[in-house]
Amino acid sequence: MLKREGEVRIPSGCAVAGLFSKDGKSISGETIIRAMTVMHDRSNGLGGGFAGYGIYPQYKDYYAFHVFYESASAREECEKYINEMYEVINLSKIPVKKSPKITNEPLIWRYFISPDHNRLRDSQLDEKEYVVRTVVHINTQMDGAYVFSSGKNMGVFKAVGFPEDVGEFYRLDEYEGYSWTAHGRYPTNTPGWWGGAHPFAMLDYSIVHNGEISSYDANRRYIEMFGYKCTLLTDTEVITYIIDYLVRRTGLTLEETASVIAAPFWSTIEGRSEGERERLTYLRNTFSSLLITGPFSILLGFDGGMMALNDRLKLRSMVVGEKDDMVYIASEECALRVMEPSIERVWAPKGGEPVIVRLNRKNGDS
Amino acid sequence: MPINFIYPEFEIVRDESQCIRCRACERQCANEVHGYDSERNAMESDELKCVNCHRCVLLCPTRALKIIRTDHTFRENANWNEDAIKEIYMQAGSGGVLLSSMGNPKNYPVYWDKILINASQVTNPPIDPLREPMETKTFLGKKPEKIGRSDDGTLKVNTSPQLELELPVMFSAMSYGSISYNAHESMARAAQSLGTYYNTGEGGLHEDFYKYGKNTIVQVASGRFGVYLDYLNAGAAIEIKMGQGAKPGIGGHLPGAKIVGDIAKTRMIPEGSDAISPAPHHDIYSIEDLRQLVYSLKEATQNKKPVIVKVAAVHNIAAIASGIARSGADIIAIDGFRGGTGAAPTRIRDNVGIPIELALASVDTRLRDEGIRSSVSLVAGGSIRNSADVVKAIALGADAVYIATGAMLALGCHLCRNCQSGKCNWGIATQRPDLVKRLNPELGHQRLINLLNAWKHEIKEMMGGMGINSIEALKGNRLMLRGVGLNEKELEILGIMHAGD
Amino acid sequence: MKRVYVNEKWCLGCHLCEYYCAFANTGMKDMAKALCNLEIRPRIRIEEQDDISFAVSCRHCDEPLCVKSCITGALSRENGVIVIDSDKCVGCFTCILACPYGAISQSETGAIQKCELCAKTNDGIPQCVAGCPNGAIVFEDRG
Repeated sequence: MLKREGEVRIPSGCAVAGLFSKDGKSISGETIIRAMTVMHDRSNGLGGGFAGYGIYPQYKDYYAFHVFYESASAREECEKYINEMYEVINLSKIPVKKSPKITNEPLIWRYFISPDHNRLRDSQLDEKEYVVRTVVHINTQMDGAYVFSSGKNMGVFKAVGFPEDVGEFYRLDEYEGYSWTAHGRYPTNTPGWWGGAHPFAMLDYSIVHNGEISSYDANRRYIEMFGYKCTLLTDTEVITYIIDYLVRRTGLTLEETASVIAAPFWSTIEGRSEGERERLTYLRNTFSSLLITGPFSILLGFDGGMMALNDRLKLRSMVVGEKDDMVYIASEECALRVMEPSIERVWAPKGGEPVIVRLNRKNGDS
Repeated sequence: MPINFIYPEFEIVRDESQCIRCRACERQCANEVHGYDSERNAMESDELKCVNCHRCVLLCPTRALKIIRTDHTFRENANWNEDAIKEIYMQAGSGGVLLSSMGNPKNYPVYWDKILINASQVTNPPIDPLREPMETKTFLGKKPEKIGRSDDGTLKVNTSPQLELELPVMFSAMSYGSISYNAHESMARAAQSLGTYYNTGEGGLHEDFYKYGKNTIVQVASGRFGVYLDYLNAGAAIEIKMGQGAKPGIGGHLPGAKIVGDIAKTRMIPEGSDAISPAPHHDIYSIEDLRQLVYSLKEATQNKKPVIVKVAAVHNIAAIASGIARSGADIIAIDGFRGGTGAAPTRIRDNVGIPIELALASVDTRLRDEGIRSSVSLVAGGSIRNSADVVKAIALGADAVYIATGAMLALGCHLCRNCQSGKCNWGIATQRPDLVKRLNPELGHQRLINLLNAWKHEIKEMMGGMGINSIEALKGNRLMLRGVGLNEKELEILGIMHAGD
Repeated sequence: MKRVYVNEKWCLGCHLCEYYCAFANTGMKDMAKALCNLEIRPRIRIEEQDDISFAVSCRHCDEPLCVKSCITGALSRENGVIVIDSDKCVGCFTCILACPYGAISQSETGAIQKCELCAKTNDGIPQCVAGCPNGAIVFEDRG
């Protein structure tokens, strides 16, 4: 019997795409689906997914859990746990449009929740850490339950299938957000498990990634020291944990994080000014086990922003384009042009150089 | 005359038609195997004295010499093999503890040879080290647990003292006394040129070599020979030697005959006195005592030097290493049971300790399980023979490796395993001036540089094949390894899958 | 000009330089065949006493006493190298007496012989240098 994702490491090639409105305009999921349609050949129908930010404005203060269940009993067990740990504001099935292209779907549920005050206080954890631990608990301890989205005012939608079909299945044209990322997968195996599709998300961080990192086990074994459990054995999962660890738990900026995971070469560092040299050496040495090698192009979505990053040798394609307040990113330029036919500036970021975009916060905004 | 039960192990084959009677063999053999009979104008040899060190063979200008293992046999069987029989005869003759040199030669599994390395195909690209940067720089030392920022938000550099290696290979401890001045000079100069470190061993640091301090690790061992404030401050790091892979649980003994001139001065002991290193440090009977020594040494050096604690790989190594990691040490060096020595009791060398591969894997796993792996660096030693062993050690979890036997081989050692005789024909394990001068550091240091540069090329090729372009992404990357012919338990300890899995 | 220099610190007294020198000047291909049962007459010789040993050969002096003393003009200086024209040598041995280093000796033919830096026999690669196992003999331009 073929092993499922998490029991075996499955290399895969992929397509990624993203769009971002710096002014925070609401954009329907339909645009990003179009981008994936033209990159159809970069996927093989074994996984596709999307992440949208700003899609739940009416529940923006609550964690939105998206959960796959393999059985009603798994749902029962998991809901019991969620009810213990959280206050549930709203729960429902995630609306889908049945299609012959998407089959074998699990039960897909959505919960808007906030941590139970007493439990949170007793745990002596900060709120985000509390959420992370409950998600890890469900995903590692509960058979047949899998939380695949757990941020605020954002959501991940993924399935086994071609990405454009997955987008239709989840009726993404009915959602509006200021930021979207998408992923089409070309795994070299047939896991057929929905949890294995991408994006991979933790709190409001979501990652889509194209590549196969050669540093995987070095990264995994290091990050697992800090309470993370890599259950899927995918690059995307470990990259998400690394970013969560560096940004949320360690307090590095995104730029610093990029200097860790796609660190400049020592020869480059030597050529920098003294202060910069010291800073880059410090980051590279301190977090040496979080350097990611091998090909990757990743899109990191987070609350209020997006970061695109290539491996230091740029072994995977990734292009960026701009028009007015919009930023578009994709594996192929055709995807940029289908999202915005009159796109203005198009460039390929250098390996290891992050492209970071953020919402233009207006006065009075938090 | 009583019967000598020992029959020569080797035969010297001299091709008389090639021999030109230059007598170089005679002049070069410190064991006095070769002689010249002027009446017959012929060379002669006393094979009983031959240790098969190849000095004569390699200096013979006409290649008239070769040394072969004798085909004279004992009535061996699977239980009573030749060594077992001979050792009985030797002890019955001498009444003494058998002494040996170099590492454990017995037929225990060499796990390096049962581990295979991965390479990229199709799904991700191999990287060509001739076209792309391929980085081998390594830092050793404790990593900060938390970052700090100045008021303006810039990162504070709060790193503890580190060692910076251009290649994760260092020369491990061999004392001045156990090996020669020229061997030390060769290593010191090579370490400087290569951007790595050599280790004084416990014989102190010769005054001539203080200038190589930036590339020197100074050792503090149970005998405390040559230890004083300037010595501690002279090196880039301080190593506390708790044990040695070749002889765990055993101290050292450099006979008074070797404590002459500069050696006595460097060790700071009277000429002619035996230099005896006790089995334990008599101020360390437990882990909390080690902590005191670690911090004493740090205090003596104003917290500017990382402290290494070197231990032999023994059964409970994972727990021991965990204790050391919590004792304030910055680096743990683990020495496997195949590590070399200038002299050890044969029974200890051949029967005590465990393989470095298993020790390393279990220590790395344990420190990660406890979440303290980044508070300490790991250095593995005890028979790293080539660049593939280095790659495998790093993928198992080492930050760097120590080599000593390999370095000695590069300097001319032929593993004749008679270091304890003090008559090393290659000028390494000897203090006889006429023999010491046979190792010209000008040539010796270049051979060490050549060796490690060759390894560096090979390491880069293997890393490139795996699609890894920086050595830190190889560290602990056990997915890059597969076992062949190993059982479930061995795979579990090594933390790797079987080939094909 | 490049000359042969000896560092006695590294000279092991193995005498191999003498044999490589003798062999180089036989012009033969096989050392064993060339030197078997031959009393060699090398142009470089090891001087040794107690723990000290070093090899001595022609210094190729800037003001060579041997050349000045030669009564037939058999010794001359060519591009700094003192060379011998054996055909002109009458075997008076004045040069042997004049050389302060003892670097000149008599050859099998009766003419004198001395180190000519293997210029005539080995493309100018001194074989004593090539054959020294310890780097004690070097061929360097020290100005």
